[in-house]
Amino acid sequence: MTKTILATLLTTATAAVLVAQNPPQPPPAAPQQQSQTEVVTRLTGAPGLPPKLAVPDFIALTTDPETVAAAKLLGQVLWDDLSFEREFYLISRDTYRSIPQPLSLDRVEVSRWKELGADGVVVGSVRRTGTELSVEVRLVEVASGRSAFARGYNGPANNPRFFAHTVSDEIHMQQRALRGVARTKLAFTSDRDGERLKGPVASRDIQNIYMSDYDGARQLRVTITASLDITPAWSPDAKAIAYTTYRTGYPDILVANVYGGGNPSRPARGTPTQHNFLPAWSPDGTKLAFMSPRDGNPEIYVVNRDGSGLRRLTNHPENDVTPTWSPTGNQIAFTSNRAGRPQIWIMNADGSGQQQITRETWCDRPTWSPAPFNVIAYASQAGGGYDIRIFDFATRSVKSITNGEGSNESPAFSPNGRHIAFVSSRAGKNQIFTIARDGNDLRQITKVGDNRFPNWSN
Amino acid sequence: MQIRQAAAILAIVGMTAGAACAKKKPPVARTTTPPPVDSSTSNRPPTPPTPVNEPQPVPVEPSGADALNTRDLDDINKNSPFQPLFFGYDQSEVSPEGQQVLNANAEIMKKYATWVITIEGHADERGTAEYNLALGERRGLAARNYLVSLGIPADRLRTVSYGKEFPFDPARTEEAFSKNRRAHFVVTSK
Repeated sequence: MTKTILATLLTTATAAVLVAQNPPQPPPAAPQQQSQTEVVTRLTGAPGLPPKLAVPDFIALTTDPETVAAAKLLGQVLWDDLSFEREFYLISRDTYRSIPQPLSLDRVEVSRWKELGADGVVVGSVRRTGTELSVEVRLVEVASGRSAFARGYNGPANNPRFFAHTVSDEIHMQQRALRGVARTKLAFTSDRDGERLKGPVASRDIQNIYMSDYDGARQLRVTITASLDITPAWSPDAKAIAYTTYRTGYPDILVANVYGGGNPSRPARGTPTQHNFLPAWSPDGTKLAFMSPRDGNPEIYVVNRDGSGLRRLTNHPENDVTPTWSPTGNQIAFTSNRAGRPQIWIMNADGSGQQQITRETWCDRPTWSPAPFNVIAYASQAGGGYDIRIFDFATRSVKSITNGEGSNESPAFSPNGRHIAFVSSRAGKNQIFTIARDGNDLRQITKVGDNRFPNWSN
Repeated sequence: MQIRQAAAILAIVGMTAGAACAKKKPPVARTTTPPPVDSSTSNRPPTPPTPVNEPQPVPVEPSGADALNTRDLDDINKNSPFQPLFFGYDQSEVSPEGQQVLNANAEIMKKYATWVITIEGHADERGTAEYNLALGERRGLAARNYLVSLGIPADRLRTVSYGKEFPFDPARTEEAFSKNRRAHFVVTSK
């Protein structure tokens, strides 16, 4: 049973494009979506099963090696992107390499795809014009031969992956009403460049902030300091990163535009005696919660992004640390040892109504899931290390997402709440992994150096 | 390593107190010169060799009252006169032994009254990275508050928390963990 709706596509694509070189460049214009009207077919699979999709290599309409390479890459990346949300079952690409490419995207011979058992096939073409690529994509419903999704994109040729990510996000939205994360970014810290801080105490490994696509591709360095830049946090518009820096000799919070443009700002206004750590953006991007011991012991504070409106939210002689906002911005979760060992607490955004929600051995780095999941992920001590756990407000129950393989810390939710990035020692050194919120689909993001403190952009 | 530092401290503290430290030169590994051979006794059985002490590390010995002050900061900190202050797991209280350490450190700070000291707070890797930033800060502040109570001016004492970012011993042993739970004293200007 297929359902058809009429949709008019807008000519202006407004998605922020994050194509970063080394160093990150300002975002280029989004791939231009061409104006068109189309009939949308919503694919269905067999009863109780997700639709089965095939994504063969795209067709190269220009014969230069770059276009040919882009055509292969687009098919592979789109296959990966569409499999990530598990809304579709992606048929292994090896099983249809012998099926010939269609002569035209609008006349796809479906018999071979039917034999393969596919419910849909995503076909595409790439044409290079100067420094631009033109990409055309069709999602063809195999049962009817109808095009369920037909869009075209123009954009810079230097990052073909971005076309695939855009297509994936738009197919997820159009077919499943789901916000995909293929165009999101990860930020994390790394010592991978092997730079050392020659200090009076010892030679120490410095850490800088790096970023990558959500799937770990295109890793590049964002900050340059001869000390520590740690605990990055993407601004909600995904254009800036707030982080804890030691570049002035004491810990303070910097807010830096990732794609250039202006000096970093210091909203918490650190001094040699007023230190600031662990920034967390309010969901509307106007405020930062953070930890500071400026009044004698670690407490949670909030400040406006422009440095105004500083106020203290907690007031307890024990340690209050590691804030995170609820998706509505009405509440803040944090870590406190006021009941003994560190546990997760929540409070209203004005500091009232503080209450403890975990009672375990040692819990830290709460991170509140975006809607529609009202849960908090955190690191919880188990055995000799930590596991990632999820506290569900609806049932007041706790579930482990990792199960004792290595030590697992610092969870960060993807913007659709379906995935968690975290750091794990399971592969030797600390590395960044992503995992689905049900504990399936573990993927290793980093492999070089020691990598920690992941954060996921919108 | 700790013994060497302790010996250095004792040497300095001793001199400060005007004790005749110079007489108590530390043992130096050196071969004893054999006695001159007397021809009239050369047919006697050879004298048994004098037992030689085991070689021992030679502590840094300041040559004068301001020897420390003449060294550059890197040198002072590499062979620091300050003892580190160690803490229990998830603790930031200064123990009675820790108070002895801080008393000794305070004497040195009083002697070199222009020095500005940064107290680094460190934590072991068993805690989480985020919480350990608070714990390290807490440890630095605990050391600082105690030193201020001994009369060290607060503006000479800075703190910085490194959480578990800069371990002194990266091993995963209780011995390493206990070394990494510390307040570490660094002279940042003099």
